[in-house]
Amino acid sequence: MLLFYTVIGGFLLQVPRLPILNESIRNLYFHVPMWFGMIIMLGTSVFFSIRYLSTNDFRFDRQSVEFANTGIVFGVLGILTGMIWAAFTWGAPWSNDPKQNAAAIGLLIYFAFLVLRNSLDDEQLRARISAIYNIFAFPVLVTLLFILPRMTDSLHPGAGGNPGFNAYDLDNKMRMIFYPAVIGWTLLGVWFTSLRIRIKNLEATTEDII
Amino acid sequence: MIANEIKILLLKEIKLEWRQKFALNGIVLYLASTIFTVYLSVNVKIGVLAPQTWNALFWIIILFTAVNAMAKSFILENSGRMLYYYSISRPQSFILAKIIYNGGLMILLSSLGYLIFAIILNNPVKDILLFFLNVSLASIAFATTLTMISAIAAKANNSHTLMTILSLPVIIPILLMVIRISGNAIAGMARSASSGDLLTLAALIVMIGTAAYILFPYLWRS
Repeated sequence: MLLFYTVIGGFLLQVPRLPILNESIRNLYFHVPMWFGMIIMLGTSVFFSIRYLSTNDFRFDRQSVEFANTGIVFGVLGILTGMIWAAFTWGAPWSNDPKQNAAAIGLLIYFAFLVLRNSLDDEQLRARISAIYNIFAFPVLVTLLFILPRMTDSLHPGAGGNPGFNAYDLDNKMRMIFYPAVIGWTLLGVWFTSLRIRIKNLEATTEDII
Repeated sequence: MIANEIKILLLKEIKLEWRQKFALNGIVLYLASTIFTVYLSVNVKIGVLAPQTWNALFWIIILFTAVNAMAKSFILENSGRMLYYYSISRPQSFILAKIIYNGGLMILLSSLGYLIFAIILNNPVKDILLFFLNVSLASIAFATTLTMISAIAAKANNSHTLMTILSLPVIIPILLMVIRISGNAIAGMARSASSGDLLTLAALIVMIGTAAYILFPYLWRS
């Protein structure tokens, strides 16, 4: 429901006219929630990794991996929507912006996580080691996304002399769609993940029975 | 107690390294020959290489030397000896000893790298003290991260490839900060310009070190 609201409202309602951005500001409802969603998913994944290490229960391992997977999907979508937006407003899909680079490196970290998982055969070892890497990489990701870009100039709002969105253009009408959009996309991610977790759990139980 | 164990393990590492000099010599030779390859490929007359290029090349070479040097700290250990360590010492003191040892080794290696660089490819650094502070911090940061990653990679099958792909993205934020600070040192800017970055780097080392300290016991059990 929230997503329907976002998509319909996002495409049809009034938006403030701004120079350069023009209609592309509607991408705010899609691009920004992706990053919110990604951070929430990856954070949850780390939480389950910690729980796996303290309990050695495979259910937590499955949960942590599926949340990481959804986080990666959100990350890729975030980069793609960002590139489309950048192509129209900054003139090129990749303009060496520190946040773009940081996001790309962040994705590399998580692709490495997947490769690491696939290269381990023993189930218990795989679960434990990927949990350790997951916890180990998360602080680095946080530094990458929230601390480093703040220290240099960025084309993104809120850095290098550009005012944040709050300052001028996130007027109340846009807020009414933006916040439900964040919640909606995140819930979609959670729903998707829970489906995958249930499938994985079922597979595990059928394997046990056989 | 834990300090005592660390001291013993540290001495053991140094003795072991001294007995098997081929590993150390290998890594020093690796450093020297990479720098020489770079020198021949850029093909510059002395003094022509731009400071930014110098900076980037220097840190990339140090990074790859670090990856190679740290990889051996777990991957080359045989499993029988690991079992022996497991029975005589605590995992926390083991990882701390490894990190301290690797940190020292990295400081030596990167100072040596700087020396060779300065001789062959001239020396644009204006603020030597800041540069050395940066080199030491960077060495410790590399050692902390890479020791832990090498411990993780050692558990997997094709550990050398894995070591590279796991460590590079994790190390990039550190590398970016280090390159920025050393850029300041090369340009001879006021020290206050770099203090924020230096503090962030130190905080990052503490954070990664703590994560390694807490997580290593779980890794150790298998």
